[in-house]
Amino acid sequence: MANLDLAKLESIARDGRVQILRMLTHSGSGHPGGSLSVIDILTVLYFSRMKYDAKNPTWEDRDRFVLSKGHCVPAQYYCMARAGFFPESLLLTLRKLGSPLQGHPDRMALPGIEAATGSLGQGLSVAAGMALGLKLAGKSSRVYCVLGDGESQEGQVWESLMSGPKLGAPDHHLDNLCVILDYNGIQLDNFVKKILDLEPIVDKVKSFGWPVLDINGHDLAQIDKALDQAEATKGAPTYIVAHTVKGKGVSFMENDPEWHGKAPKPSEAIEAIREVVGEPVPASVQPILDELKALEKK
Amino acid sequence: MPGKASRAAFGEALVDLGANDERIVTVDADLSKSTMTAKFAKAYPGRAFNVGIAESGMIGLAAGLALAGRVPFACSFACFVVGRFETIRVSVAYSNAPVILVGTHVGVAIGEDGYTQMGLEDMACLRSLPNIPIIQPADEIETKQAVAYAVEHRNPLYLRLTRQNLEAVHDDKYQFRFGKADLLRAGTDVSILATGGTVWNSLEAAKRLAADGVNAEVINVATVKPLDEEGLLLSAGKTGRVVTVEDHSIHGGLGSAVSDLLSEVMPTPVKRLGVNGFGESGDAKGLYAKHGLDPDGIAKSVLKFLNR
Repeated sequence: MANLDLAKLESIARDGRVQILRMLTHSGSGHPGGSLSVIDILTVLYFSRMKYDAKNPTWEDRDRFVLSKGHCVPAQYYCMARAGFFPESLLLTLRKLGSPLQGHPDRMALPGIEAATGSLGQGLSVAAGMALGLKLAGKSSRVYCVLGDGESQEGQVWESLMSGPKLGAPDHHLDNLCVILDYNGIQLDNFVKKILDLEPIVDKVKSFGWPVLDINGHDLAQIDKALDQAEATKGAPTYIVAHTVKGKGVSFMENDPEWHGKAPKPSEAIEAIREVVGEPVPASVQPILDELKALEKK
Repeated sequence: MPGKASRAAFGEALVDLGANDERIVTVDADLSKSTMTAKFAKAYPGRAFNVGIAESGMIGLAAGLALAGRVPFACSFACFVVGRFETIRVSVAYSNAPVILVGTHVGVAIGEDGYTQMGLEDMACLRSLPNIPIIQPADEIETKQAVAYAVEHRNPLYLRLTRQNLEAVHDDKYQFRFGKADLLRAGTDVSILATGGTVWNSLEAAKRLAADGVNAEVINVATVKPLDEEGLLLSAGKTGRVVTVEDHSIHGGLGSAVSDLLSEVMPTPVKRLGVNGFGESGDAKGLYAKHGLDPDGIAKSVLKFLNR
């Protein structure tokens, strides 16, 4: 994208990390590691790539986004709030009784969520179906699907990887579908390499007929460029391997399987947010630190 | 046996409906010759998708198609469709994706292929999901109308279809009504509630029971979920004895649904006829006799239940 405002996107992603940490601390449970690894990808998708109307979430010409690794939905909730789908104040209701911000995405509860996910392995099939449906309807909308690496051990993912490049042929190839692997290398129990290694993932997916791009999933310019390439590719869906760091931005969370599915305590969140925003703490962030400090005393 | 299999009637109905409705698509997992969607695929090749032997992916794909405004029929043997319960549960049910799930080859009536190909637990599984109705038509005319209804339902739905031919139990004036029980034979001594392939057998059983002085009411329960509570309570209230008949496990299907209803609202003695245990290879006739689902077996169970 020619007019990519990197500084602005970086600022949005930084705010995202702050809000993810804040939300999870309030909810007392959730998945910080993968939310922090995927936020840069979601920032580029929501703020410089996808067509949507936050005030009309069912606008029929919108692009679709499916977060197949649904447990990292706090990152998506932040983006949706920032984009205007719902007020930012709702973020603090994450995982609370009656909230549309369910622990995993709930299409019926929250307009703008395109599919329920969180039972891992299903999102790519659903995204492929959306891409095919849009093609059949003559729409130019695109479909983006973010997969987890641990999730990619599910058989259903490979069913869809096998059929993806062939579906819709000869008139409706799924070149409107772009899959992004959030390759942070860690799953709940341990490192992906130790549980069930995906390597050589690039060669595997290529051999199924997908054009594959290999990028740094925290480099906003690289993400944007890869999405450009995906959009320019005709006749096949694109698969982007985005190398990321679990817990990215918070040194004590980075690359530690312990932070897959554990919410930070208020004191930990304060330390983490301070690291994310740096010194001096911006005026806009200080109230969040005060709020978390108050939470600690409760 | 004359008559037509409900899967065959389904295949014909799809071709007819597809002519005027571009939204209709089929998704199969290498059984389109058996589910009878092959005819649709031949007529509208651009709207028929075969994903290979990959039923989870098939159901997920159908969910996405539905969420993008298509009307997808996701078709395979009932055991293979509902065997992918977790994908149905999240991508279809929880997302409320208006997929029409089609399970063919239900029950022990498929015969020689044996248990692994028999849909015997499909209704039990799908009854547990809050928003997936279950329709099991009893003959050709009802099947064709149920398929047309499914297209307009615009919410998730499950169609349960037979491999074997079904004798007609309706004349050509029949009108299928979703959620309504269909009184085929009025009676006073016992209510026989049957679904799918066992409906005609139940009517035959009623004739034999008449010879024994038992006046049986026979109701075709094509919509197994949601049950026609009013209609079934009316019948049970009149006869005071209920027998359910289905080619499905006696655990979790029509018999369980009826028992759930009656035990809460109007406790009534119920006898469930169906399959208790695994199925096995054999000829369909022999299997129906073994499980007491043929006319003689049904009549015998009813007499015993009534202490006659």
